[in-house]
Amino acid sequence: MTEEQKTVLDARGSFCPGPLMELIRGIRQAKVGELIEVWSSDSGSRRDIPFWVQKAGHQMVGVYEEAGYARFLVKKVK
Amino acid sequence: MVDKMPNKMSIVVYSGTVDKLYPVAIMTSGAVAMGTNVELFLTFYGLDAFRKGEPQKNQKMDVNYAELAPMLAKLMKEKNVPSWYDMLKQAKEMGNVKVHACAMTLDLMGMKLEHLDPIVDDVVGAAEFVDNAKQGEITLFL
Repeated sequence: MTEEQKTVLDARGSFCPGPLMELIRGIRQAKVGELIEVWSSDSGSRRDIPFWVQKAGHQMVGVYEEAGYARFLVKKVK
Repeated sequence: MVDKMPNKMSIVVYSGTVDKLYPVAIMTSGAVAMGTNVELFLTFYGLDAFRKGEPQKNQKMDVNYAELAPMLAKLMKEKNVPSWYDMLKQAKEMGNVKVHACAMTLDLMGMKLEHLDPIVDDVVGAAEFVDNAKQGEITLFL
């Protein structure tokens, strides 16, 4: 995985559905093909974010567990 | 953006206490995230909660949970949970959220649209709201 050209949105400390809203905002502002990574400490994100990414037709590149939060890397597909 | 999902969620917002206004804001945000349009119908105490200046100072809690109120308020402050009003405003900025005031309640309280918070879009009657809600698959009462 290349670490270049990804936009990181730190939504740690934000509650459901805050991190998802941050991601949607980020995706809207991004161009097709760009990578957005949202950081979330909210447990709802682990289900909500992959679910939304699939429904919205983007690509869930990966979910990475860190200490006390998770990183969700998403590629804007359309 | 999202296919084969209900196109609309309608909520009758009857309650004016913060513990009920949070689910209004959170469900609205969730709907917006999924590309679902939202229609809120503010009536009785729910409408009172949208009087100009009221969303910013409303601290009312359901009396059944009054003993929990100070603890919840403390936790929310500590954890920086945004107010229900800020959440709702954010959802409205991001998606298609319409906020309607109940005409009958407004008349009863002797108020007009200009007495309400600017987040409120218009004044509608119950019949119009129900007719509109019929076109959606989700209807909630809070």
